[in-house]
Amino acid sequence: MSAPAAPLLTTPLNALHLELGARMVPFAGYSMPVQYPAGLMAEHLHTRQAAGLFDVSHMGQLKLVGPDAAAAFETLVPVDVAGLPEGKQRYGLLLNDEGGIIDDLMFFNQGGDTLFVIVNGACKAGDIAHIQARIGGRCQVVPMPDHGLLALQGPQAATALARLVPGVEKLVFMSGGGFAWNGVELFITRSGYTGEDGFEISVPGAQAEALARALLAQPEVKPIGLGARNSLRLEAGLCLYGNDIDATTTPPEGALNWAIQKVRRTGGARAGGFPSADKVLAQIDDPALLTRKRVGLIAKERVPVREPAVLENMDGQAIGQVTSGLLSPTLNQPIALAYVQPDYAVPGTEVFAMVRGKPVPMVVAPTPFVPTRYYRG
Amino acid sequence: MSIKFSKDHEWINAADAAAAVVGITVHAQDALGDVVFVDLPEVGKTFAQGEVAGVVESVKAAADVYMPVTGEIVEVNEALCADPSLANSDPLGAGWFFKVKLANAGELDGLMDETAYTAFAASA
Repeated sequence: MSAPAAPLLTTPLNALHLELGARMVPFAGYSMPVQYPAGLMAEHLHTRQAAGLFDVSHMGQLKLVGPDAAAAFETLVPVDVAGLPEGKQRYGLLLNDEGGIIDDLMFFNQGGDTLFVIVNGACKAGDIAHIQARIGGRCQVVPMPDHGLLALQGPQAATALARLVPGVEKLVFMSGGGFAWNGVELFITRSGYTGEDGFEISVPGAQAEALARALLAQPEVKPIGLGARNSLRLEAGLCLYGNDIDATTTPPEGALNWAIQKVRRTGGARAGGFPSADKVLAQIDDPALLTRKRVGLIAKERVPVREPAVLENMDGQAIGQVTSGLLSPTLNQPIALAYVQPDYAVPGTEVFAMVRGKPVPMVVAPTPFVPTRYYRG
Repeated sequence: MSIKFSKDHEWINAADAAAAVVGITVHAQDALGDVVFVDLPEVGKTFAQGEVAGVVESVKAAADVYMPVTGEIVEVNEALCADPSLANSDPLGAGWFFKVKLANAGELDGLMDETAYTAFAASA
């Protein structure tokens, strides 16, 4: 007999999801909406055309507080934390002592010696324990389990949100600040996981449903489930933690060198000083050390290619594996993220994904697959 | 001749035993979501009951299509290949998958009628 599954947690929007007719699935320990009655395809296209509301309250929110917080956090991530201006957000990677990625995250400099950090739902307990164990003596680690997180994404997101919260339209991509709505304190960043312009809104859990209802009352806005969230993020070329990056992949293998600013690299003013820095920096300085690299792939035939399809070269030798793959609703072509041997990582290289024993030709392609539309002012 | 249903969520209309029509059920297409791809068997190929004869995929998932009965594929729905969304919009009609020449009509007796299938799908 297997052990009984732990009861699923629910987000502050659970009753609203059920009222909207969502199909609920277990995800990261929570009961989450995978789609609403409109369906994945309609939800995906609506987000690209107007604005979609996502409940991402399963994600972990926490604060790192204290005069040493930024310096302490830099010992866990290969990223410029100390140099991030107040009011700005940045992408980061928690590394283990082998240089593998424990989680990917977003962090924000709120001023007043406070970093606001958002991590993946499935990783949050481990992340918080790791952060507490490593730097809990240098700063306060303050989880925020009483807060919900909503994402509003799409070309009409700013129009819709500004009607409720005037001023958000002035934010640019990867910036944010505190705002008030009906007496509720919100923390809003202009960022997201779809490649579209949009916002992420941290809201006290008790007010999350009221805010979600107010957003859904805007003519541009429809509710969007996890299914479309996945297809949107893959079109944007963004990694899904656990699929495309994990504790066995290093940032250079994951093609995430862009997330490691010069100041933390060899020759930088604060070079190294993060877990397994020697290994990670060596892989950046000498890419010949890599045995695999993450790439984007577009299929030449309209046959969906899913993880974990094996990739072969023209001679039938295994040279990699798909880690995320689906038929892109926007492009109407199969797209994928995959790891391949470095010789096959050059855009334009043809590889073959094995699908039900048959080779599907795919071409290494730059990501994002669909152009991003971030608002940079 | 009424329609019969399999536990794998296929339907079969064997009004013509030489060309019984097979598709996926309303319940199956609903569970799968927007169908974007189908892979249909070769005409002339023979499958045993329960064998995988094709594939149906939405953006989020792929599912096998099982043979509800033993038999030879005599026709496939080319219109469905060209427009897989027919499996959603008309699963019991224009969204049919293939036609099969029955090897053993007695296998139909082991399938569910609509009432039994509706109860089965509701409990699945």
